[in-house]
Amino acid sequence: MQLVAVALACVAVLLGAAVLAVAVSARRVASTVVYGACLAASSIALAAALVHFAGTSPVTLTLPLGLPWLGAHFRLDALAALFLAVVNLGGASASLYALGYGKHEPLPGRVLPFFPAFLAGMNLVVLADDAFTFLLCWEFMSLASWALVMAHHRVEDNVRAAFIYLVMASFGTLALLLAFGVLAGPDGAYGFAAIREGVQTPLENTLVLALVLIGAGSKAGLVPLHVWLPLAHPAAPSHVSALMSGVMTKVAVYAFVRVAFDLLDGSDWWQSMVVLFIGGGTAALGVLYALMQHDLKRLLAYHTVENIGIIYIGLGLALAFQANGMMAATALALTAALFHVFNHSLFKSLLFFGAGAVLTATGQRDMEALGGLIRRMPYTSFAFLVGCAAISALPPLNGFASEWLTFQAILQSPDLPQWGLKFMVPAVGGLLALSAALAAACFVKAFGITFLGRPRSHAAETAREVDRFSLTAMFGLAGLCLLAGILPGFVIDALAPVTLSLVGERMPAQADVAWLSIVPIAEARSSYNGLLVFVFVAFSASFAAYIIHRFASHALRRAPAWDCGFPEPSVRTQYTAGSFAQPIRRVFGTLIFRAREHVDMPPPGDSRPARFHVDLRDLVWEVLYLPVAAIVNSTATRLNHFQFLTIRRYLGLVFLALVTLLLVLAIWL
Amino acid sequence: MALVAGFLAQAMQMALVLIAAPLLTGFVRKVKARLQRRRGPSVLQPYRDLYRLMRKEVVLAENASWLFRVTPYLIFAVTWVAASLVPTFASGLMFSWAADLIAIIALLGSARFFLALAGLDVGTSFGGIGSSREVMIASLAEPAMLLIVFPLALVAGSTQLSNVAEFMVSPDVGLRVSLGLALIALIMVAIAENGRIPIDNPSTHLELTMIHEAMVLEYSGRHLAMIELAASMKLLLYLSLLACLFLPWGLATQGMGVAAYAVGLTSYLGKLAAGGVLLAVFELVVAKMRVFRVPEFLGAALMLGLLGTLLLFLSRSL
Repeated sequence: MQLVAVALACVAVLLGAAVLAVAVSARRVASTVVYGACLAASSIALAAALVHFAGTSPVTLTLPLGLPWLGAHFRLDALAALFLAVVNLGGASASLYALGYGKHEPLPGRVLPFFPAFLAGMNLVVLADDAFTFLLCWEFMSLASWALVMAHHRVEDNVRAAFIYLVMASFGTLALLLAFGVLAGPDGAYGFAAIREGVQTPLENTLVLALVLIGAGSKAGLVPLHVWLPLAHPAAPSHVSALMSGVMTKVAVYAFVRVAFDLLDGSDWWQSMVVLFIGGGTAALGVLYALMQHDLKRLLAYHTVENIGIIYIGLGLALAFQANGMMAATALALTAALFHVFNHSLFKSLLFFGAGAVLTATGQRDMEALGGLIRRMPYTSFAFLVGCAAISALPPLNGFASEWLTFQAILQSPDLPQWGLKFMVPAVGGLLALSAALAAACFVKAFGITFLGRPRSHAAETAREVDRFSLTAMFGLAGLCLLAGILPGFVIDALAPVTLSLVGERMPAQADVAWLSIVPIAEARSSYNGLLVFVFVAFSASFAAYIIHRFASHALRRAPAWDCGFPEPSVRTQYTAGSFAQPIRRVFGTLIFRAREHVDMPPPGDSRPARFHVDLRDLVWEVLYLPVAAIVNSTATRLNHFQFLTIRRYLGLVFLALVTLLLVLAIWL
Repeated sequence: MALVAGFLAQAMQMALVLIAAPLLTGFVRKVKARLQRRRGPSVLQPYRDLYRLMRKEVVLAENASWLFRVTPYLIFAVTWVAASLVPTFASGLMFSWAADLIAIIALLGSARFFLALAGLDVGTSFGGIGSSREVMIASLAEPAMLLIVFPLALVAGSTQLSNVAEFMVSPDVGLRVSLGLALIALIMVAIAENGRIPIDNPSTHLELTMIHEAMVLEYSGRHLAMIELAASMKLLLYLSLLACLFLPWGLATQGMGVAAYAVGLTSYLGKLAAGGVLLAVFELVVAKMRVFRVPEFLGAALMLGLLGTLLLFLSRSL
């Protein structure tokens, strides 16, 4: 009871800050006040969520808002507490970051009011306990983030991004609306408590799952509903991009988990195949798209698509195991997915903060104009490097721990009885392995081209390190990435109440395993110890450094780069983002992107410059969206005819419609 | 007492991989030279090279960053830890449970991640070409490796190398198609990961064909020594992996006493020598392939791994 009240009070503070921001946004102190209030409110809500993990019983609260006969129900259970923690951890770090970053905002009036509102919306979605409140808050969250995408509305690309986002968000909400309509049934039992007690027919079950997969998936960025994400996330200011990518996609995952594991009674095995297929495809395609980008923020946004795919692979596995009554494996797969939710919110926020810092320092998002920043911005680059290593699933950081758990869940799958799943799961495992390896390639590119090498522009050459608030936020998240990576057992134990409440099973307790290892099933099967690996690597590296410095030569001479005897002074001879990805583009891109290279090489004696051009096609966009847009356009053109009728014809139309409806009604009843 | 003995055995393994790695490299070079009817340098030459590199000054590119200087130690440490986690002469060592096969692959992935970054650090075109090709190869080799783990783990019911090795000596393994496929795939991945012919040539001096050598072109002195040692250890790691997974005979188990350890050590050195000879022979009979043929080579390894896994999903006895 009290904890929900605390969380709702924090939401009220956030909404108050939003209103205040409208009034004061022109003042200089406005950003400090607003982001300070957001930081305080998020921290308190985070504390409330963490305290709730200690107690297990759900607490509810009903406010006399919303529909008069329903009221607004709020509930804090283990699942809500987990996502409340994720939302507010992201919110608090983004607010801290924005205390510094927000000062560079050219149009504070377009960001300050919406930022707290966006945070409040996400908090409310997680807390909502009836369909009406949920959908209302969901839409509130979408619109607030849409306003933030539109913050820099003079840039033409942003307007287009915001338009596509708005269309896709409305479409997603429509799907969710229908899903909750089916769940609530003809009696209109909109409270989640009533829905949980209700029983669905198999058809209803399938329909709801499909609608939620579409509705939540479009917000999370599942392929093929991802098209808005890489446009909209980078368009917003960087701290908002971090929230949208790191946190809002998790709210979408929350919606899916809430419906699929909590509100529905269970699912069929073939439904989990659909989720697995979409998850695997999303993971592999997301990272391939990311590899082709040279806009740093867009690369990160595409990478969110990949990680959402990994999360959905975990969720799909959990659904498959659950449908077959393998509860221990269900708990393992679900824990892996939720762990990855937490991890991704950490490192994706961190990486977007880093991209924002680069943007502040250089005014550039295009990697082809960056380079050499490790020398100008040592702290930012170190934090960004930790984020890159974590998202590439390198041990001993946190991304590896959750992907390792996902692999362990996959290795449980030969016991599944259905042939479809027997074939699907190893294939999905292959896709997961492929996307993990490509992610590492992608972040070698992101870090290497942006921070290493020689500066490719004057802006990169003269960049300056960013302010302390931003650095504190980045280093805090980097520290958490390391901590969650070397002590994964504690995170797994913290997730136990969530899986217990959702599927009635938990992973074995990890805290009392010797040496703080994690053992998902049994010691004989597999174990991993991030702490020990970290200590070993740290020890071996220090040992090697000690031996070298004790016995080997100390001499060191700075000289021009060797480069096989032909050092080229021009910075344009360096590898670029495009050329770095060229081998991978050749291997994968010719099929998936229909990549075509056009080389225009003038003959000897001709002084024209040689030209090289690569054609990449986004098949999802061309095959799915353009035809739909064309149909909508042509229908609109035809319907346009109705706009220019005389009054008599309008009256006739109204009469005709009335008669038709009455006829339908008469036949129906 | 048992704790001390366990600790000693683990320390011995760490020392063994460190000391044996250059010897293996020297041995492979020697065998290759003899097969080409050359006398070739002594098998101890890699040690001399390392010693010489350590004594030399480091010539550092003017714009090299701290990452460039830290990376050699990091790569060395990560590879060393990974190599010491693979059972060599004994299984079930004290810390063998700290990381399973998936974690060992990921550790090697970390080493490659930082090496590829170091290749980009100075901002030369050769460093870039090396990094870019290395990550392309890795993007296929790593999933192939993980798909090899699947059949092994499914057969042995564990991803823990010691347990897999113990299972492999037990009579209930039998001849399995899936394991055969995994073996072929693992050899292919091992060749690619270590930059051996036909993927890459470790002794090349033709710039445009280099991958690994191009990445480390700017390194010199003690930094280069670290990287060379790490590369030797990586070769040793893959041979140990092949030995402990597919030829686990003679492997001592924890606490079996000194005699068993001695047997384990001897058989391990024998396996390494056999592996080295086979590698040298293989390298002499094949030609290096074009870089864009490499995806086909690794794609085949990937498919073999997937096929092995699928067979096991079909029937546990295949």
